Amino acid sequence: MKSLTKFMDSFGAILLAIIWIAPLLFAFWAATHSTSDAVNLNLFSPWTMDNFRVAWNGAPWLKYFLNTFTLVTVILIGQFILTTLAGFAFAQLQFPGKDYVFILVLMQLFILPEVLIVENYAMVSRLGLFDTILGVGMPYMASAFGIFLMRQAFKGVPIELHEAARIEGCGLLGILWRVYVPLAKPTYLAYALVSVSTHWNNFLWPLIVTNSPDTRPLTVGLSIFGAPENGVDISVISAATLMSVAPLLIAFLIFQRQFVQAFLRAGIK
Amino acid sequence: MSAHANLERRRQAIYGWLLLSPAAVLLTVFAFYPSFATLWSSLFSRGTRRNPTEFVATENYADLFADPTFWLVVKNNLLYAGVTIPVSIGIALAMALWANSKISARGFVRTAYFTPTVLPMIAAANLWLFFYTPGLGVLDQIGSLFGLPSVNWLGQPETALWAIIIVTIWKEAGFFMIFYLAALQTIPEDLKEAADIEGTSRWTYTRRIVLPLLMPTTLFIAVNAMINSVKLIDHLFILTKGGPSDASKLILYYIWEMAFAFFDAPHAAAMTILVIAVLGIVAAVQFLYLDKRTHYQ
Repeated sequence: MKSLTKFMDSFGAILLAIIWIAPLLFAFWAATHSTSDAVNLNLFSPWTMDNFRVAWNGAPWLKYFLNTFTLVTVILIGQFILTTLAGFAFAQLQFPGKDYVFILVLMQLFILPEVLIVENYAMVSRLGLFDTILGVGMPYMASAFGIFLMRQAFKGVPIELHEAARIEGCGLLGILWRVYVPLAKPTYLAYALVSVSTHWNNFLWPLIVTNSPDTRPLTVGLSIFGAPENGVDISVISAATLMSVAPLLIAFLIFQRQFVQAFLRAGIK
Repeated sequence: MSAHANLERRRQAIYGWLLLSPAAVLLTVFAFYPSFATLWSSLFSRGTRRNPTEFVATENYADLFADPTFWLVVKNNLLYAGVTIPVSIGIALAMALWANSKISARGFVRTAYFTPTVLPMIAAANLWLFFYTPGLGVLDQIGSLFGLPSVNWLGQPETALWAIIIVTIWKEAGFFMIFYLAALQTIPEDLKEAADIEGTSRWTYTRRIVLPLLMPTTLFIAVNAMINSVKLIDHLFILTKGGPSDASKLILYYIWEMAFAFFDAPHAAAMTILVIAVLGIVAAVQFLYLDKRTHYQ
């Protein structure tokens, strides 16, 4: 009886797992076969890499990859600097008005940047940042979520270390750089993984702010490439889709444990 | 001595504000100012060449409330939220219970559940396009094996929104599973042992012990799922574009369309304000809940 329920558990779990990755498997299968073989689910048809070749030549993917890479890097650097400074101020300094400002920051957690697209678009245009990678990244740099995360991490640093560094003659910024930042490394790593995967996948805002292949990230490029008016068939779309998710997917499969822990750390704190 | 303390306090205040200022500037420019600007512009009419913008108070809101498309979109979004939130939470819970039990191939199972989380919504939509396409898609192929007629899942009003809902559930359930998994690992082993000694059935153990202990996690996930039901609309751009005849249109997509396809910023602003109001209520609920959780521990 017990072994039966255990078997049923394994069976259900694996069945659900197979259903869950089926879309990815089918895309892989479609991408590696000719369109007619793919849609007929012809299991013994020959494999081909043609779809990848067609997809690769159909759009400036290398440029899109570079844009996405630059975008996530720019955002991450901006976020690290801004959230480190602000998180430290909230965690370890006493100054009037601190609590009110902190509540304002927390409010931003619920005013999603996605919702403010109209006014943020006007703002980015006003700053002359329309159709620039900086324009895509700027609204996300002062992330309330990141500030909150860093504040929590810095609060956990023993005050003795702070005092010791001060007695050694370290200035405030020196203490931040030599004591707090190294001790918060796991939080930085977690935050980096969450931030990179969020912005690698972001679509709506880049769609609005970019207007040329020179700035367009992968997601926007992919949506334009797959648009029905371009008339590309399903195998080529599958190939393009797999190409654009490959870097993040491979990274995820290699660093699975860190990924999952990063999401947990970021979500629970 | 007190002069020294005074100096230290002033030094901290100056440093504090200096360190905050870069983040404060950006938050003001891209969150606070735009919120007020949205509220402000929602009170003015759209300027055309003949009619300059003028103050119309709540007229934009009145237009929205009189617009049947707006109500259809609200209804769609309520259905979208009403289905995706409980179903993805339920599936996430089942996934977590399985991924936490001693089954074979556990590593594979966990990876499979979590994988959709790292894919962009746009890519997810492309993958599902292959399922839904009439005649060629996987669903139709499977259907035809059983002699079922071809169905245009994305092209008919009755099924389009459901097709969207399924993609969303697929995308977010694995993400929510992670939080349950973490919570499950904090439940002490002795509870299970005690239940076994008492001869409690597995179902009773799950319902009476595990689920209540997971309650705070469930609430946390529910808030996230609620926010996602506003935010996750990228797949509409690929799969349906809100159609056919607005049957799968969601609020944020409608805001985008209003502002960037119909160039009607004032009505988009009015809708944005309504969404912010709803999110504000969610925020208030979460703060209350966070309060409660600290009392628990």
